[in-house]
Amino acid sequence: MNILVTGILLSGTYALIALGLTLQYGVARIMNLGNGETLVAACFVAFWLYTGLAINPLLGLLLIAPTAFVINWAIYAVALQPLVKRARNRGQLESDSILATFGLLFLLQGLMLLAFGGEYRSYTFLAQRFDIFGYSYGLNRVVAFVAAVIIAAALWFFLYRTRQGTALRAVAVDPNSANLVAIDVARTAAFAFALGGAVTACGGALLSTFYTFNASMGVVFTMKALIIVIMGGVGDLRGAVLAAIILGISETLVASLIDPGLTLAATYGLFILVLLFRPQGIFGRASS
Amino acid sequence: MSGFLTDLRAGEWRALALGAGIIALAATLPLFDQGFYLSISVNIMLYAALCTAWSLFSGPTHYVSLATAAFYGLGTYSVGLGIDILPYPLLVVVAALVGALVAGLVGAMTLRISGVYFVIFTFGLAELVRQLVTWTQTKFATAMGLYVFTDFMEQHIYWMLLALTAVVFFTGFLINRSRLGFAMTVIGNDETVARHVGIDTARAKIVLFMMSGAFIAIAGAITAPRYTYIEPPSAFNPMISFLVVIMSLLGGTRRLWGPLVGVIPFTIAMDFISARFPNHTSIVIGLAFFAIVYLLPNGVTGRLEQLWTKFRTRKPVEHARATAEERA
Repeated sequence: MNILVTGILLSGTYALIALGLTLQYGVARIMNLGNGETLVAACFVAFWLYTGLAINPLLGLLLIAPTAFVINWAIYAVALQPLVKRARNRGQLESDSILATFGLLFLLQGLMLLAFGGEYRSYTFLAQRFDIFGYSYGLNRVVAFVAAVIIAAALWFFLYRTRQGTALRAVAVDPNSANLVAIDVARTAAFAFALGGAVTACGGALLSTFYTFNASMGVVFTMKALIIVIMGGVGDLRGAVLAAIILGISETLVASLIDPGLTLAATYGLFILVLLFRPQGIFGRASS
Repeated sequence: MSGFLTDLRAGEWRALALGAGIIALAATLPLFDQGFYLSISVNIMLYAALCTAWSLFSGPTHYVSLATAAFYGLGTYSVGLGIDILPYPLLVVVAALVGALVAGLVGAMTLRISGVYFVIFTFGLAELVRQLVTWTQTKFATAMGLYVFTDFMEQHIYWMLLALTAVVFFTGFLINRSRLGFAMTVIGNDETVARHVGIDTARAKIVLFMMSGAFIAIAGAITAPRYTYIEPPSAFNPMISFLVVIMSLLGGTRRLWGPLVGVIPFTIAMDFISARFPNHTSIVIGLAFFAIVYLLPNGVTGRLEQLWTKFRTRKPVEHARATAEERA
């Protein structure tokens, strides 16, 4: 029970990171391997806001999310849109965007190493006890989880209950057909990429309230987010959330029952199962 | 498959002779210097072997494999674990088998589905193997690292790497002349076409990936004595994977010797940068990736070839344009 709750609490932030990536990959068709760097940058900004200006990380979200949105929009417009335009097919865009976002990964990581150094950082925020079913957990983890649920719910409302959200989902299904029903595909893709960045940044800011972070940990989170996205089915919100919960629980299981050094092995174990039995993802449809 | 080397064309004989000449020349290097130049030449030769082996698979398929560090580390560990039990040459064979086996498993799981899954899987493979090795060592062994004591000097490692590079080149040369090489060319150009003309695309890719993995593992086995002390973070250093991708793509993978054009200057540049500006290596690597995507999509050799064909066909093109304008 203890493991289950810890796992679910952890999965809240995983879900946000993966939702960000699934928007970028599912709608904008960019597999953003620098996604984890957005997360780490948000961690540092939240850290700086809290320790420097005494701004509550939850309030900080109001600043971090719009900033991440603008920066990611700029990245898409400057660096990635030219690749979308020149790509002759999906495969070429995929390999181009993988290489370009590797560049982004290293560039951002290098800049953050220069700015913040390589050491681990953390700050104490809401480090109090909170009891669920007789076990106690850090209040910061519970608050981060609740915030993640609220953000994910808002995202769901936007995608399934508004016009613009429907346009986003239409582009995710088929960009060419979306074009025929008067959706500005290029603009929608840029918007989705920026929104994905903002959601990931929220995940990062929440993560920083209870997690020790450093400038070079982004890659591990990108890896986990990618596996969650594949597991849930690319572009599928429900799938991403469910997969994040499965990953959070199995990681906590392995860490507490076998060895904390094997969390990535747990992630890979799940990945292999998905590849062998359901390569299109839990909710995904078979595609080309 | 007709004659093995019997029906070589004159140009191919010339290429082979030139290659043999260059190898012979390169082999004399340790006679002139035993210090800095030999040391950096070992690095260059290591990356020459790694990048050429990487390009065997990733060149024609365009799949960015990041499994290099995993195979390399497995090769290093094969030697580290077995050095007290088995003779060294046998360990090199073991390394090759382990590399091929892991490559086969990874390939069988991902290459049947899609290229993206392959990239994602290899992205964390080195880290996964590192975690598993670390865990096994802390669980079943007392020490974290392994000692490798041999009589090999720097120049012996250099000669072995040179020999490996030569073998990889020769293998690549044979593959290009074989049915497999032809199949890969078709797959690289259009996979749907390849399937329609009856090529087992998944099998061809897996076989090639296994060869590439085996060669990379051998490179790890050869350089193991250089470390003396082997531990997971240095053996499975993910940087190796990224550097191999950059060097190969900067050089260009369309020609067998293309990666070399990237390896030699980039190894020297990285050596300089990591000595003088250790905090800026990530930024340099990031910029190198941007350079590949935006400036040199086919590498330096691809760009040179492009310029060469443009230079050769400029007059006919101008002529054609002039006649087209006349008609209009």
